[in-house]
Amino acid sequence: MSATPVQTAAPRWLGLWPAAMLTLFFLVPFGIMLAVSVAHRDVSGFYEWSFEWDSYARFLSAFFGKVMAVSISVSLTAAAICVALAFPFTVFLSNMGHRAQTRILVVLLSALALSEVIIGFSLSTLLSQTAGIGNLFHWLGLIDEPRAYTPSLFALITGLCYIGFPFAVLVLYPPVSRLDPEIVEAARVMGASGPRAFFGVIVPNLRGAIVGAFILVFVFTLGSYLLPQLLGRSEHWTLSVHITDQAVYQSNLPFGAAMSVFLMLVALALVGLASLAGRERGAA
Amino acid sequence: MTRALKTTYVLVILALLLAPLVIVAAVSLNGPQSLRFPPVDPSLRWYGELFRQSEWLVPLRHSLVIAACAAALAVAIALPLALYVWERRGIAARALTGMGLAPFALPPVISALGFMIFWMTLGGYGRIYATIISHGIFLVTLPLVTISLGLKGIDRSLIEAARVMGAGRWGVFRTVILPLLIPYMVSGYAFAFVLSLNEYIIAYMVAGFTVETLPIKIFNALRYGYTPILAVVSVIFAALSALIFGLIGRFGNLPRLLGAERSQHD
Repeated sequence: MSATPVQTAAPRWLGLWPAAMLTLFFLVPFGIMLAVSVAHRDVSGFYEWSFEWDSYARFLSAFFGKVMAVSISVSLTAAAICVALAFPFTVFLSNMGHRAQTRILVVLLSALALSEVIIGFSLSTLLSQTAGIGNLFHWLGLIDEPRAYTPSLFALITGLCYIGFPFAVLVLYPPVSRLDPEIVEAARVMGASGPRAFFGVIVPNLRGAIVGAFILVFVFTLGSYLLPQLLGRSEHWTLSVHITDQAVYQSNLPFGAAMSVFLMLVALALVGLASLAGRERGAA
Repeated sequence: MTRALKTTYVLVILALLLAPLVIVAAVSLNGPQSLRFPPVDPSLRWYGELFRQSEWLVPLRHSLVIAACAAALAVAIALPLALYVWERRGIAARALTGMGLAPFALPPVISALGFMIFWMTLGGYGRIYATIISHGIFLVTLPLVTISLGLKGIDRSLIEAARVMGAGRWGVFRTVILPLLIPYMVSGYAFAFVLSLNEYIIAYMVAGFTVETLPIKIFNALRYGYTPILAVVSVIFAALSALIFGLIGRFGNLPRLLGAERSQHD
């Protein structure tokens, strides 16, 4: 082989295997899903190929509007709380020593990896009548009788914050830890107090990253499937729950697929916005 | 803000994150079949019970097999992808990266429904290999990110040196690139393994009725009431995740893996 100066480490054919796998098992399923979303619902439980907009037309119903409104407002609330709590947390974290950072990251990753079913179970135990904080409040004399705080909207939002918080920290962590510590140092030297340096220097410098993280956490909590069932009431069900409900229990694959395509478009648009917001940071 | 105040803030939040798990760990020690806090008649009875009941052992084995194979598949796809994209800027490279990142960025229910319809059409619906492949594709993002990070850190002069000494592509890969990448491949594998273990919706929609994984089993069991055995499983899962991430943190550079550039070993 002649030694060309621009030889790459990986030959061209190496890309074929991942390309084939991702096309077959990722693009093709999406293609089929798109096709099913315009297929005709067969009452026997499946679908027959055709081209009609019936499943999309069902979006226009009042019921679907309400589902979307609940889904979005619950996720927006959770995302706002998560980012508000996670941003100072990440700033403090990134200024700690390597070992402390590693330990805290292990805790965050473990919490993030926990199955939603375990988080839902843990939180409903924590909020339950027999083993939960209701007991603690009763023992402290704050309330007359131990009571349960689940299922409720409060429990659901707590759960979404629980899964969203570690995610928010991990999304914020790279930009925050790359922020030049000298900028903050300079502000302090010029006489800015701690909170002033925080809100006057750190926050504006990372505005794009914060907006990006907010959107990503929003999309992340929007995908929550088990928590609304474990911690919320049926009127709090999110779009994810309705998609599964239609596909698995109502045997209406076309409608499930149509909702899924819709959710994908919303998520893609938002993720695109988030990456734009993240990029803007450099220019700001 | 003073240092003490900052540390307090961080510790309070960590305590809140750990609170539900502490309660569950305590509840798992209940002697009778009830969830009480503080536990009544504390014993390790339910820990032994878990390993005696086949209704829990079968899902546990499914979960472990699926996670081990799916994580291996994810690495097997991510490694060539990362190598291919490493020195290329073209449209093919960008499209491949996008496909590698997309499954993880979208709400998982979308991929889950896509996989479900795909396997129904092709005939793998309800089989364990369908769950393995679906998880493998879904989790490609994690090893892709870690391996790309490893490649970014490789000093080009090392590769040049090996080439000058007469090593071909395969020689350079085997003696220079691969040894430097192994830690990143291992952590990518570990991330994918833990997430597959805890994944619910894809496993459920692809083969939930025939191949029960542990999260599916827990959710099904919740409908029949809460028992201490659920708490036991939760404790074991949380401990396993913490152990694996702890090992990555111990032997690798976790802050750097997660995107920090400043943090160095003390």
